[in-house]
Amino acid sequence: MRNLIAFLQRFHFFILFLILETVAIIIIASNNSYQGSAIQGFANELGGGITNRYNNLTDYVNLRETNRILAEENARLRRQIESSYVKYTHHTFTINDTIYKQQYTFIDAKVISSSSSKRNNYMMLNKGSIHGVKKSMAVISSNGIVGIVSSVSKNYSKVMMVLHSESRISAKLKRTNYSGSLIWKGGNYRYGLLTDIPSHIDIKKGDTVITSGFSLDFPEGIMIGRIENFKQDPGTSTYEGKVKFSADYNKLDYVYIVRNLFKEEQQTIMNTEQ
Amino acid sequence: MSNPIIRNILRLIVLVFIQVFILDNMHLGGYINPMLYVMFVLMLPFETPGWLMLFSSFVMGFSIDIFTGMTGIHTFSTVFMGFVRPSVLRLVSSSRDYEPGLQPSVRDLGWDWFLPYSILLIFIHHTLYFFVEVLRFSEFFAILGRTILSSLVTLIFIFLAQVIIYRKKKR
Repeated sequence: MRNLIAFLQRFHFFILFLILETVAIIIIASNNSYQGSAIQGFANELGGGITNRYNNLTDYVNLRETNRILAEENARLRRQIESSYVKYTHHTFTINDTIYKQQYTFIDAKVISSSSSKRNNYMMLNKGSIHGVKKSMAVISSNGIVGIVSSVSKNYSKVMMVLHSESRISAKLKRTNYSGSLIWKGGNYRYGLLTDIPSHIDIKKGDTVITSGFSLDFPEGIMIGRIENFKQDPGTSTYEGKVKFSADYNKLDYVYIVRNLFKEEQQTIMNTEQ
Repeated sequence: MSNPIIRNILRLIVLVFIQVFILDNMHLGGYINPMLYVMFVLMLPFETPGWLMLFSSFVMGFSIDIFTGMTGIHTFSTVFMGFVRPSVLRLVSSSRDYEPGLQPSVRDLGWDWFLPYSILLIFIHHTLYFFVEVLRFSEFFAILGRTILSSLVTLIFIFLAQVIIYRKKKR
Protein backbone atom coordinates (compact mmCIF):
# COMPACT_ATOMS: atom_id res chain seq x y z
CA MET A 1 0.00 0.00 0.00
CA ARG A 2 2.78 2.37 0.94
CA ASN A 3 4.53 1.46 -2.29
CA LEU A 4 1.41 2.25 -4.24
CA ILE A 5 1.11 5.69 -2.64
CA ALA A 6 4.78 6.35 -3.28
CA PHE A 7 4.31 5.28 -6.86
CA LEU A 8 1.29 7.54 -7.31
CA GLN A 9 3.16 10.47 -5.73
CA ARG A 10 6.12 9.96 -7.97
CA PHE A 11 4.23 9.57 -11.23
CA HIS A 12 1.08 11.60 -10.51
CA PHE A 13 1.88 14.04 -13.31
CA PHE A 14 2.20 11.30 -15.90
CA ILE A 15 -0.83 9.38 -14.60
CA LEU A 16 -3.04 12.47 -14.67
CA PHE A 17 -1.78 13.16 -18.20
CA LEU A 18 -2.79 9.66 -19.28
CA ILE A 19 -6.23 9.99 -17.65
CA LEU A 20 -6.97 13.34 -19.30
CA GLU A 21 -5.75 12.16 -22.70
CA THR A 22 -7.93 9.07 -22.37
CA VAL A 23 -10.94 11.31 -21.77
CA ALA A 24 -9.99 13.28 -24.90
CA ILE A 25 -9.67 10.09 -26.94
CA ILE A 26 -13.09 8.92 -25.70
CA ILE A 27 -14.54 12.23 -26.94
CA ILE A 28 -12.80 11.84 -30.31
CA ALA A 29 -14.12 8.29 -30.62
CA SER A 30 -17.66 9.29 -29.59
CA ASN A 31 -17.60 11.78 -32.43
CA ASN A 32 -17.22 8.99 -34.97
CA SER A 33 -19.41 6.37 -33.34
CA TYR A 34 -22.62 5.66 -35.10
CA GLN A 35 -24.93 5.83 -32.09
CA GLY A 36 -23.91 9.28 -30.98
CA SER A 37 -23.39 9.72 -27.28
CA ALA A 38 -24.17 11.56 -24.11
CA ILE A 39 -21.02 13.66 -24.43
CA GLN A 40 -22.10 14.88 -27.86
CA GLY A 41 -25.59 15.68 -26.62
CA PHE A 42 -24.23 17.60 -23.66
CA ALA A 43 -21.91 19.66 -25.86
CA ASN A 44 -24.65 20.37 -28.40
CA GLU A 45 -26.98 21.72 -25.71
CA LEU A 46 -24.39 23.83 -23.88
CA GLY A 47 -22.46 25.14 -26.86
CA GLY A 48 -25.59 25.59 -28.93
CA GLY A 49 -27.36 27.57 -26.20
CA ILE A 50 -24.57 30.10 -25.82
CA THR A 51 -23.81 30.41 -29.53
CA ASN A 52 -27.49 30.89 -30.25
CA ARG A 53 -27.65 33.91 -27.97
CA TYR A 54 -24.62 35.48 -29.61
CA ASN A 55 -26.04 34.65 -33.02
CA ASN A 56 -29.27 36.52 -32.25
CA LEU A 57 -27.16 39.66 -31.81
CA THR A 58 -25.31 39.41 -35.10
CA ASP A 59 -28.26 38.08 -37.05
CA TYR A 60 -29.46 41.18 -38.80
CA VAL A 61 -26.10 41.94 -40.38
CA ASN A 62 -26.77 39.29 -43.04
CA LEU A 63 -30.46 40.09 -43.39
CA ARG A 64 -30.24 41.65 -46.84
CA GLU A 65 -28.36 38.70 -48.36
CA THR A 66 -30.66 36.19 -46.66
CA ASN A 67 -33.70 38.00 -47.99
CA ARG A 68 -32.34 37.96 -51.50
CA ILE A 69 -31.64 34.24 -51.42
CA LEU A 70 -35.08 33.43 -50.01
CA ALA A 71 -36.81 35.67 -52.57
CA GLU A 72 -34.94 33.92 -55.37
CA GLU A 73 -35.99 30.57 -54.04
CA ASN A 74 -39.59 31.74 -53.74
CA ALA A 75 -39.56 32.81 -57.37
CA ARG A 76 -38.07 29.49 -58.44
CA LEU A 77 -40.71 27.53 -56.53
CA ARG A 78 -43.52 29.75 -57.79
CA ARG A 79 -42.45 28.90 -61.34
CA GLN A 80 -43.07 25.24 -60.56
CA ILE A 81 -46.56 25.41 -59.09
CA GLU A 82 -49.54 24.41 -61.13
CA SER A 83 -51.05 27.85 -61.51
CA SER A 84 -48.10 29.12 -63.50
CA TYR A 85 -48.66 26.57 -66.24
CA VAL A 86 -51.14 26.99 -69.06
CA LYS A 87 -53.03 23.92 -70.14
CA TYR A 88 -52.16 23.10 -73.75
CA THR A 89 -54.65 20.32 -74.28
CA HIS A 90 -58.39 20.42 -74.57
CA HIS A 91 -59.00 16.83 -73.66
CA THR A 92 -60.69 16.47 -70.36
CA PHE A 93 -58.99 14.32 -67.81
CA THR A 94 -59.12 13.78 -64.12
CA ILE A 95 -56.16 14.09 -61.85
CA ASN A 96 -55.93 11.08 -59.62
CA ASP A 97 -54.29 12.49 -56.54
CA THR A 98 -53.54 9.11 -55.07
CA ILE A 99 -50.75 8.46 -57.54
CA TYR A 100 -48.71 11.11 -55.76
CA LYS A 101 -47.51 10.33 -52.31
CA GLN A 102 -45.25 12.63 -50.43
CA GLN A 103 -41.83 11.13 -49.81
CA TYR A 104 -39.88 14.03 -48.35
CA THR A 105 -40.76 16.69 -45.85
CA PHE A 106 -38.54 19.59 -44.88
CA ILE A 107 -37.79 21.09 -41.50
CA ASP A 108 -36.47 24.63 -41.70
CA ALA A 109 -33.57 25.44 -39.40
CA LYS A 110 -31.34 28.35 -38.60
CA VAL A 111 -27.56 28.01 -38.70
CA ILE A 112 -26.14 29.07 -35.35
CA SER A 113 -22.52 28.28 -36.08
CA SER A 114 -20.47 26.80 -38.84
CA SER A 115 -16.92 26.63 -40.10
CA SER A 116 -15.26 26.25 -43.46
CA SER A 117 -11.58 26.64 -42.71
CA LYS A 118 -10.96 23.34 -40.95
CA ARG A 119 -10.32 19.95 -42.54
CA ASN A 120 -13.48 18.61 -40.91
CA ASN A 121 -16.21 21.20 -40.80
CA TYR A 122 -19.39 21.08 -38.76
CA MET A 123 -22.48 23.22 -38.53
CA MET A 124 -24.85 23.68 -35.61
CA LEU A 125 -28.59 24.08 -36.24
CA ASN A 126 -31.29 25.30 -33.89
CA LYS A 127 -33.55 22.28 -34.39
CA GLY A 128 -33.22 19.04 -32.43
CA SER A 129 -34.96 15.82 -31.55
CA ILE A 130 -38.09 17.58 -30.23
CA HIS A 131 -38.56 19.04 -33.73
CA GLY A 132 -38.23 15.61 -35.32
CA VAL A 133 -34.60 15.77 -36.40
CA LYS A 134 -32.82 12.42 -36.47
CA LYS A 135 -29.25 11.35 -37.06
CA SER A 136 -28.16 10.93 -40.71
CA MET A 137 -30.91 13.16 -42.15
CA ALA A 138 -29.77 15.21 -45.12
CA VAL A 139 -29.38 18.98 -44.90
CA ILE A 140 -29.82 21.24 -47.93
CA SER A 141 -29.96 24.98 -48.49
CA SER A 142 -31.78 26.99 -51.13
CA ASN A 143 -28.65 26.87 -53.28
CA GLY A 144 -27.52 23.32 -52.85
CA ILE A 145 -26.57 20.48 -50.55
CA VAL A 146 -25.00 21.15 -47.14
CA GLY A 147 -24.37 17.84 -45.35
CA ILE A 148 -25.72 15.17 -43.07
CA VAL A 149 -26.89 15.40 -39.44
CA SER A 150 -24.21 13.73 -37.35
CA SER A 151 -25.60 14.14 -33.84
CA VAL A 152 -28.79 15.40 -32.29
CA SER A 153 -29.64 16.71 -28.85
CA LYS A 154 -32.98 17.93 -27.53
CA ASN A 155 -32.91 21.39 -29.09
CA TYR A 156 -29.90 21.39 -31.39
CA SER A 157 -28.30 19.29 -34.03
CA LYS A 158 -24.81 19.05 -35.46
CA VAL A 159 -24.26 18.65 -39.17
CA MET A 160 -21.27 17.01 -40.81
CA MET A 161 -20.85 19.32 -43.76
CA VAL A 162 -19.83 18.37 -47.29
CA LEU A 163 -16.54 20.01 -46.25
CA HIS A 164 -15.44 16.99 -44.20
CA SER A 165 -12.88 14.26 -44.81
CA GLU A 166 -15.48 11.52 -44.18
CA SER A 167 -18.12 13.07 -46.40
CA ARG A 168 -18.99 11.05 -49.51
CA ILE A 169 -22.07 12.01 -51.45
CA SER A 170 -23.56 10.04 -54.29
CA ALA A 171 -23.83 12.49 -57.18
CA LYS A 172 -24.54 12.44 -60.90
CA LEU A 173 -24.11 14.61 -63.95
CA LYS A 174 -27.47 16.08 -64.86
CA ARG A 175 -26.91 16.02 -68.64
CA THR A 176 -25.62 12.46 -69.06
CA ASN A 177 -27.04 10.88 -65.92
CA TYR A 178 -23.74 9.15 -65.04
CA SER A 179 -23.01 8.94 -61.36
CA GLY A 180 -19.90 9.31 -59.24
CA SER A 181 -19.15 10.29 -55.70
CA LEU A 182 -18.42 13.72 -54.37
CA ILE A 183 -15.66 14.22 -51.81
CA TRP A 184 -13.74 17.18 -50.42
CA LYS A 185 -9.97 17.07 -50.19
CA GLY A 186 -9.53 20.12 -48.00
CA GLY A 187 -8.18 23.50 -49.04
CA ASN A 188 -10.51 25.88 -50.81
CA TYR A 189 -14.02 25.47 -49.46
CA ARG A 190 -15.62 26.53 -52.75
CA TYR A 191 -14.44 23.43 -54.66
CA GLY A 192 -15.16 19.72 -54.25
CA LEU A 193 -14.05 16.71 -56.25
CA LEU A 194 -16.35 14.40 -58.22
CA THR A 195 -14.62 11.03 -58.54
CA ASP A 196 -15.34 7.68 -60.20
CA ILE A 197 -16.91 9.04 -63.38
CA PRO A 198 -16.31 6.52 -66.18
CA SER A 199 -13.87 8.00 -68.69
CA HIS A 200 -15.78 6.97 -71.82
CA ILE A 201 -18.61 9.37 -71.17
CA ASP A 202 -18.97 12.83 -72.59
CA ILE A 203 -18.22 15.40 -69.94
CA LYS A 204 -18.05 19.14 -70.43
CA LYS A 205 -16.95 22.13 -68.46
CA GLY A 206 -19.99 23.69 -66.82
CA ASP A 207 -21.96 20.44 -66.53
CA THR A 208 -24.40 20.53 -63.63
CA VAL A 209 -23.78 18.08 -60.79
CA ILE A 210 -26.82 17.00 -58.75
CA THR A 211 -27.54 14.38 -56.10
CA SER A 212 -28.22 10.93 -57.51
CA GLY A 213 -30.96 9.88 -55.13
CA PHE A 214 -29.19 6.55 -54.53
CA SER A 215 -28.71 7.34 -50.86
CA LEU A 216 -31.68 7.05 -48.57
CA ASP A 217 -31.24 10.56 -47.21
CA PHE A 218 -30.82 12.96 -50.12
CA PRO A 219 -33.72 13.41 -52.55
CA GLU A 220 -32.76 13.14 -56.20
CA GLY A 221 -31.84 16.24 -58.14
CA ILE A 222 -30.63 18.57 -55.40
CA MET A 223 -28.07 20.97 -56.85
CA ILE A 224 -24.44 20.42 -55.85
CA GLY A 225 -22.47 22.58 -58.26
CA ARG A 226 -20.91 22.80 -61.70
CA ILE A 227 -17.88 21.11 -63.24
CA GLU A 228 -15.03 23.62 -63.34
CA ASN A 229 -12.50 21.33 -65.04
CA PHE A 230 -11.73 17.62 -65.23
CA LYS A 231 -8.87 15.23 -65.86
CA GLN A 232 -8.29 11.50 -66.02
CA ASP A 233 -7.48 9.98 -62.67
CA PRO A 234 -3.91 8.65 -63.03
CA GLY A 235 -3.75 4.86 -63.22
CA THR A 236 -7.48 4.31 -63.61
CA SER A 237 -10.05 4.67 -66.33
CA THR A 238 -12.11 7.25 -64.49
CA TYR A 239 -12.39 11.00 -64.59
CA GLU A 240 -11.95 13.35 -61.67
CA GLY A 241 -13.95 16.54 -61.94
CA LYS A 242 -13.35 19.71 -59.95
CA VAL A 243 -16.77 20.94 -58.86
CA LYS A 244 -17.56 24.49 -57.87
CA PHE A 245 -20.19 24.28 -55.12
CA SER A 246 -23.35 26.22 -55.85
CA ALA A 247 -23.83 27.06 -52.17
CA ASP A 248 -21.43 29.40 -50.41
CA TYR A 249 -20.89 27.57 -47.12
CA ASN A 250 -19.66 30.72 -45.49
CA LYS A 251 -22.88 32.59 -45.99
CA LEU A 252 -25.58 30.12 -45.04
CA ASP A 253 -28.12 31.39 -42.53
CA TYR A 254 -31.14 29.19 -43.12
CA VAL A 255 -31.18 25.57 -44.24
CA TYR A 256 -33.67 22.71 -44.59
CA ILE A 257 -33.39 19.33 -42.91
CA VAL A 258 -34.79 16.63 -45.19
CA ARG A 259 -36.91 13.88 -43.74
CA ASN A 260 -37.42 10.81 -45.90
CA LEU A 261 -40.82 9.38 -44.94
CA PHE A 262 -40.06 6.07 -46.67
CA LYS A 263 -36.64 5.59 -45.19
CA GLU A 264 -37.58 2.82 -42.78
CA GLU A 265 -39.39 0.90 -45.49
CA GLN A 266 -36.44 1.25 -47.87
CA GLN A 267 -34.05 0.23 -45.17
CA THR A 268 -36.01 -2.88 -44.25
CA ILE A 269 -36.01 -4.05 -47.83
CA MET A 270 -32.28 -3.46 -48.16
CA ASN A 271 -31.56 -5.38 -44.97
CA THR A 272 -33.64 -8.41 -45.96
CA GLU A 273 -31.61 -8.77 -49.15
CA GLN A 274 -28.36 -9.15 -47.28
CA MET B 1 -6.95 41.46 -10.73
CA SER B 2 -3.92 40.78 -8.60
CA ASN B 3 -5.05 37.28 -7.65
CA PRO B 4 -3.38 34.94 -10.18
CA ILE B 5 -6.25 32.41 -10.05
CA ILE B 6 -8.89 35.01 -10.90
CA ARG B 7 -6.61 36.52 -13.53
CA ASN B 8 -6.15 33.15 -15.25
CA ILE B 9 -9.84 32.32 -15.14
CA LEU B 10 -10.64 35.70 -16.72
CA ARG B 11 -7.96 35.10 -19.34
CA LEU B 12 -9.55 31.72 -20.14
CA ILE B 13 -12.99 33.24 -20.64
CA VAL B 14 -11.70 36.10 -22.80
CA LEU B 15 -9.61 33.74 -24.96
CA VAL B 16 -12.53 31.33 -25.48
CA PHE B 17 -14.70 34.26 -26.55
CA ILE B 18 -12.10 35.64 -28.97
CA GLN B 19 -11.40 32.20 -30.40
CA VAL B 20 -14.99 31.08 -30.88
CA PHE B 21 -16.70 34.27 -31.96
CA ILE B 22 -13.93 36.10 -33.80
CA LEU B 23 -11.07 33.88 -34.95
CA ASP B 24 -13.21 30.88 -35.94
CA ASN B 25 -15.32 33.18 -38.11
CA MET B 26 -12.30 34.60 -39.90
CA HIS B 27 -11.54 32.97 -43.20
CA LEU B 28 -7.93 33.12 -44.23
CA GLY B 29 -7.79 31.25 -47.51
CA GLY B 30 -9.28 28.02 -46.24
CA TYR B 31 -5.98 26.58 -45.05
CA ILE B 32 -5.25 28.75 -42.07
CA ASN B 33 -6.92 28.30 -38.74
CA PRO B 34 -5.27 30.45 -36.05
CA MET B 35 -5.62 29.15 -32.48
CA LEU B 36 -4.90 32.05 -30.18
CA TYR B 37 -6.37 30.18 -27.19
CA VAL B 38 -3.11 28.26 -26.67
CA MET B 39 -1.75 31.50 -25.19
CA PHE B 40 -3.59 30.49 -22.01
CA VAL B 41 -1.26 27.51 -21.50
CA LEU B 42 1.79 29.57 -22.51
CA MET B 43 1.00 32.20 -19.88
CA LEU B 44 0.17 29.97 -16.89
CA PRO B 45 2.43 31.07 -14.00
CA PHE B 46 5.75 29.22 -13.52
CA GLU B 47 4.81 28.10 -10.03
CA THR B 48 1.63 26.31 -11.20
CA PRO B 49 1.78 22.72 -9.90
CA GLY B 50 1.91 20.05 -12.60
CA TRP B 51 -1.51 18.56 -11.94
CA LEU B 52 -3.18 21.98 -12.00
CA MET B 53 -1.47 22.85 -15.27
CA LEU B 54 -2.69 19.63 -16.89
CA PHE B 55 -6.16 20.22 -15.55
CA SER B 56 -6.24 23.86 -16.72
CA SER B 57 -5.08 22.78 -20.19
CA PHE B 58 -7.86 20.22 -20.22
CA VAL B 59 -10.49 22.81 -19.27
CA MET B 60 -9.21 25.19 -21.96
CA GLY B 61 -9.27 22.57 -24.73
CA PHE B 62 -12.64 21.25 -23.59
CA SER B 63 -14.21 24.72 -23.59
CA ILE B 64 -13.09 25.30 -27.18
CA ASP B 65 -14.34 21.83 -28.15
CA ILE B 66 -17.82 22.54 -26.77
CA PHE B 67 -18.21 25.38 -29.26
CA THR B 68 -16.58 23.82 -32.27
CA GLY B 69 -18.50 20.62 -32.82
CA MET B 70 -17.07 18.60 -29.92
CA THR B 71 -14.42 16.82 -31.92
CA GLY B 72 -12.22 16.29 -28.83
CA ILE B 73 -9.12 17.27 -30.80
CA HIS B 74 -8.62 20.62 -29.06
CA THR B 75 -8.76 18.84 -25.69
CA PHE B 76 -6.30 16.18 -26.84
CA SER B 77 -3.67 18.54 -28.23
CA THR B 78 -3.98 21.13 -25.44
CA VAL B 79 -3.51 18.52 -22.70
CA PHE B 80 -0.42 17.28 -24.52
CA MET B 81 0.84 20.85 -24.71
CA GLY B 82 0.42 21.17 -20.94
CA PHE B 83 2.28 17.88 -20.51
CA VAL B 84 5.36 18.97 -22.48
CA ARG B 85 5.47 22.51 -21.12
CA PRO B 86 7.75 21.67 -18.13
CA SER B 87 10.22 19.96 -20.48
CA VAL B 88 10.19 22.93 -22.86
CA LEU B 89 10.73 25.28 -19.90
CA ARG B 90 13.80 23.26 -18.92
CA LEU B 91 15.01 23.22 -22.51
CA VAL B 92 14.62 26.95 -23.13
CA SER B 93 16.79 28.32 -20.37
CA SER B 94 16.64 31.94 -19.45
CA SER B 95 19.38 34.31 -18.33
CA ARG B 96 17.17 34.89 -15.32
CA ASP B 97 15.88 32.09 -13.12
CA TYR B 98 12.19 31.29 -13.18
CA GLU B 99 11.67 32.95 -9.84
CA PRO B 100 8.16 33.14 -8.36
CA GLY B 101 6.30 36.28 -9.35
CA LEU B 102 7.74 36.29 -12.84
CA GLN B 103 5.26 35.80 -15.67
CA PRO B 104 6.14 33.71 -18.74
CA SER B 105 5.67 36.78 -20.93
CA VAL B 106 7.67 39.08 -23.17
CA ARG B 107 7.51 41.78 -20.50
CA ASP B 108 9.29 39.75 -17.83
CA LEU B 109 11.69 37.58 -19.82
CA GLY B 110 12.16 39.32 -23.17
CA TRP B 111 11.72 38.30 -26.79
CA ASP B 112 14.84 36.11 -26.95
CA TRP B 113 13.27 33.83 -24.34
CA PHE B 114 9.62 34.10 -25.36
CA LEU B 115 10.21 33.37 -29.07
CA PRO B 116 11.74 29.86 -28.84
CA TYR B 117 9.42 28.98 -25.94
CA SER B 118 6.22 29.88 -27.79
CA ILE B 119 7.35 28.61 -31.21
CA LEU B 120 8.18 25.16 -29.80
CA LEU B 121 4.93 24.76 -27.85
CA ILE B 122 2.68 26.15 -30.58
CA PHE B 123 4.28 23.94 -33.20
CA ILE B 124 3.85 20.83 -31.03
CA HIS B 125 0.21 21.72 -30.37
CA HIS B 126 -0.66 22.55 -33.99
CA THR B 127 1.11 19.49 -35.43
CA LEU B 128 -0.84 17.22 -33.12
CA TYR B 129 -4.09 19.06 -33.81
CA PHE B 130 -3.91 18.90 -37.59
CA PHE B 131 -2.71 15.29 -37.71
CA VAL B 132 -5.33 13.97 -35.31
CA GLU B 133 -7.98 15.95 -37.21
CA VAL B 134 -7.35 13.96 -40.38
CA LEU B 135 -5.65 10.75 -39.10
CA ARG B 136 -4.50 9.86 -42.59
CA PHE B 137 -0.94 9.82 -43.81
CA SER B 138 -1.94 10.19 -47.45
CA GLU B 139 -2.44 13.89 -46.82
CA PHE B 140 0.92 14.33 -45.10
CA PHE B 141 2.18 17.37 -47.03
CA ALA B 142 -1.16 19.14 -47.04
CA ILE B 143 -1.33 18.74 -43.25
CA LEU B 144 2.26 19.88 -42.82
CA GLY B 145 1.50 22.97 -44.87
CA ARG B 146 -1.57 23.75 -42.80
CA THR B 147 0.40 23.22 -39.59
CA ILE B 148 3.21 25.58 -40.54
CA LEU B 149 0.95 28.31 -41.94
CA SER B 150 -1.47 28.17 -39.02
CA SER B 151 1.37 28.11 -36.47
CA LEU B 152 2.79 31.25 -38.05
CA VAL B 153 -0.53 33.08 -37.93
CA THR B 154 -1.17 31.94 -34.33
CA LEU B 155 2.31 33.21 -33.40
CA ILE B 156 1.61 36.60 -34.98
CA PHE B 157 -1.63 36.86 -33.02
CA ILE B 158 0.11 35.91 -29.78
CA PHE B 159 2.88 38.47 -30.36
CA LEU B 160 0.27 41.14 -31.05
CA ALA B 161 -1.54 40.20 -27.84
CA GLN B 162 1.78 40.38 -25.93
CA VAL B 163 2.50 43.84 -27.34
CA ILE B 164 -0.98 45.05 -26.39
CA ILE B 165 -0.73 43.67 -22.83
CA TYR B 166 2.80 45.05 -22.47
CA ARG B 167 1.68 48.54 -23.50
CA LYS B 168 -1.20 48.56 -21.06
CA LYS B 169 1.04 47.61 -18.16
CA LYS B 170 3.60 50.32 -18.98
CA ARG B 171 1.16 53.20 -18.65
